[in-house]
Amino acid sequence: MSMSQLAPGVVPGRLPADAYARNFSDVEPPLDGHEAKVAADRCYFCHDAPCVTACPTAIDIPLFIRQIATGTPEAAARTIFNQNILGGMCARVCPTEQLCEEVCVRETAEGKPVEIARLQRHATDTLMSRNVHPFERAEPTGKRVAVVGAGPAGLSAAHRLAMLGHEVTIFDARPKPGGLNEYGIASYKTPGNFAQAEVDWLLMIGGITLKTGQALGRDITLEGLRAEFDAVFLGMGLSGVNALRAEGEDREHVHPAVDFIAALRQAEDLASLPIGRDVVVIGGGMTAIDAGVQAKLLGAENVTIVYRRGQEKMSASRHEQDHATASGVRLICNAAPVKVHGNGAVREVEFAYTEDGPGGLRLLPETFRLKADQLFKAIGQTLGEVPEGIALEGGKIAVDATGRTSLPGVWAGGDCAAGGEDLTVTAVAQGRDAACDIHAELCPS
Amino acid sequence: MANLRSDFLGIKSPNPFWLASAPPTDKEYNVRRAFEAGWGGVVWKTLGSEGPPVVNVNGPRYGAIYGADRRLLGLNNIELITDRPLEVNLREIKSVKRDYPDRALVVSLMVPCDEESWKAILAHVEDTGADGVELNFGCPHGMAERGMGSAVGQVPEYIEMVTRWVKQHSRMPCIVKLTPNVTDIRKPAEAAKRGGADAVSLINTINSITGVDIDSFAPMPTIDGKGTHGGYCGPAVKPIALNMVAEIARNPETHGLPISGIGGVTTWRDAVEFMLLGAGNVQVCTAAMTYGFRVVQEMISGLSDYMDAKGFASTADLVGRAVPNVTDWQYLNLNYVTKAQIDQELCIKCGRCYAACEDTSHQAIAMSSDRTFTVKDEECVACNLCVDVCPVEDCITMRELPKGAMDPRTGRTVGDYANWLGHPNNPSVREAAE
Repeated sequence: MSMSQLAPGVVPGRLPADAYARNFSDVEPPLDGHEAKVAADRCYFCHDAPCVTACPTAIDIPLFIRQIATGTPEAAARTIFNQNILGGMCARVCPTEQLCEEVCVRETAEGKPVEIARLQRHATDTLMSRNVHPFERAEPTGKRVAVVGAGPAGLSAAHRLAMLGHEVTIFDARPKPGGLNEYGIASYKTPGNFAQAEVDWLLMIGGITLKTGQALGRDITLEGLRAEFDAVFLGMGLSGVNALRAEGEDREHVHPAVDFIAALRQAEDLASLPIGRDVVVIGGGMTAIDAGVQAKLLGAENVTIVYRRGQEKMSASRHEQDHATASGVRLICNAAPVKVHGNGAVREVEFAYTEDGPGGLRLLPETFRLKADQLFKAIGQTLGEVPEGIALEGGKIAVDATGRTSLPGVWAGGDCAAGGEDLTVTAVAQGRDAACDIHAELCPS
Repeated sequence: MANLRSDFLGIKSPNPFWLASAPPTDKEYNVRRAFEAGWGGVVWKTLGSEGPPVVNVNGPRYGAIYGADRRLLGLNNIELITDRPLEVNLREIKSVKRDYPDRALVVSLMVPCDEESWKAILAHVEDTGADGVELNFGCPHGMAERGMGSAVGQVPEYIEMVTRWVKQHSRMPCIVKLTPNVTDIRKPAEAAKRGGADAVSLINTINSITGVDIDSFAPMPTIDGKGTHGGYCGPAVKPIALNMVAEIARNPETHGLPISGIGGVTTWRDAVEFMLLGAGNVQVCTAAMTYGFRVVQEMISGLSDYMDAKGFASTADLVGRAVPNVTDWQYLNLNYVTKAQIDQELCIKCGRCYAACEDTSHQAIAMSSDRTFTVKDEECVACNLCVDVCPVEDCITMRELPKGAMDPRTGRTVGDYANWLGHPNNPSVREAAE
């Protein structure tokens, strides 16, 4: 017997049983063969194409689209994977409206870019569905490399290293590999257990040993890895969560949004997940959107995302914002939380209006309250365990252009490293480039 | 609305859009639908002699070439002339003509190359009340192997002979349909004229193989593992047809001979182009086969708007207007100097002009770090390739250098008209003796 959307408090099963599958199905279904051909026909095969420049992994987009148009989606997939081994996930989660598709000349010409992401998914899905791996390993080098973190950066680095002939061991703190692909991305963007399928497919390259449940600083140490391996790549992401610094933050039903998303991703039965009737999410990034939309899809009556600055400053793309509002989520900008009210559990959140001026963000005296029986914080994450002796920059691991840290033999990439945006595709690029640099270091030609 | 009425050899039709002899005009049912849709006339699909009709293959009869989004650009067929009994066709022609007296109804014919066969069929056609006949000397497949169709059309003497028989045994206007599968289209047209033809129509289809099945290693269309060359038509053949029409229109031997233009007419604009090059009317097939008979409505409205805009009172006013401007290369003005010019407001920065020019032409386009593309006048030979590959209409245009201006590429001043005939590099140019 399902609970009503109007049921008070934080309860499971707000929706009829069949609603969950519907709500959490593919947000953008794959293009079929005909649709892909029509979409591919629109590509102009630009010279020195802006889309390639905009892609952090520099996929040769005009080439792969031409390969789709000529009926060879698997060749297209090899073009993609050559630059970005997680091209399948990136096709699903990349904010392409801020990257390749934003600069597509057909966006300039007609306000409607070539559907690069969906074409990329068509190509990568086609090849991956055959369950074959398109790359072979080089002759063994005899070198061993440790990779910390089985997220996008670590997987990308590990794959490239294995391809180049090295023996790789990946350590990850969580029970499953994938990092944010597995634990941190909205479910409807990557349904069908795609994150795990992608890891399994990636590991088909061979030469990679995966050790889960191994956290740096708890089960393994950087010192130990440096002693045991020829090189170390750190790609463990950000495990800490920023605090609201508002009174009452410790009340019941106040959680980091990343924990909510992770729980949702790992839930066997979505109907068993408790969700509030009135849900408030604080933040302006992709995590805030993913949490807000999924709260709504679980049956919350009212979901409000509150961001302290103006809408144009939200780091979530306009496309994501529109997706949220189209899903029935309300966006409030220029408001910052000042107090979490409630008796034990949260009941209301009080916000002050803000003014974003040259002197920084200023709280105005006027406040308002939103009903909330669940509050998710999505205001950024921080580096967790910092290995001793490693230099930081802006709270993250300092690296040079090829991912070298201040410690000899240690590289880093992805969200835990300074520089670049915290995007899957950026992490993949950094992991790949660090792997190439490690290879150059270990096997000077 | 302009008056679109057409008079071709005395054959009147409400507009100059006729359906060509082809599958769309094989039966009463289709032709009635065509007339209801607004077509000005039809050339009934080719009739053969009395007796058992020809047979067609029972596998695919057509092959196709596509552009983007599967837009049909070229169609090829291996269908033969009508495979229905002669008497059925004749009865239907008579019935349709009776019900649509204002429409043109011309009958296409192809019989063996002897006078008796032609005499016999002409008598039958005259009985139907049809407006004229079109001699099918064009079909390049099947019938040609039996000494008909393009087997006749490729031998000017045969064309002249058969045309003469037709004119001798019939009072009906006679249109000779020409095959493009010849080296010089002027010769068969001249022969038709000598034989007394009232008009020529062209082009018939072009010998072609549309493709090869790369798995079964067979040409397409494929019939039980084999294929044969078929007749190519549709938008892809239009440039070839336009040239052949123009060649006949400007040939002193055939100048003034009425022409029915055929070959890839898909829109009103195509029709106007054929007519400007000398066609008195046009015949359409592939466009109808691709989109259905309703396309004629766009042709009618488009031609009408064009004529209104240009102030043409009748279709005869535009026929042949472009013919005087078709000339030989040697007469082109070598002192006409243009330079490509890129409209930065319209440019979408795809860089195709740059790739084309840099890789395959004259390195005359510069690309800045912010993807601004500009023409280097000192390198530009005005080949037009950038214009042709640019996806945005009118973004790149050719700007004419005024007389007296200096061409930065050659360092020469733009002068008056001068062609190859007087050019110093022309070995035929002799300096006058002192």
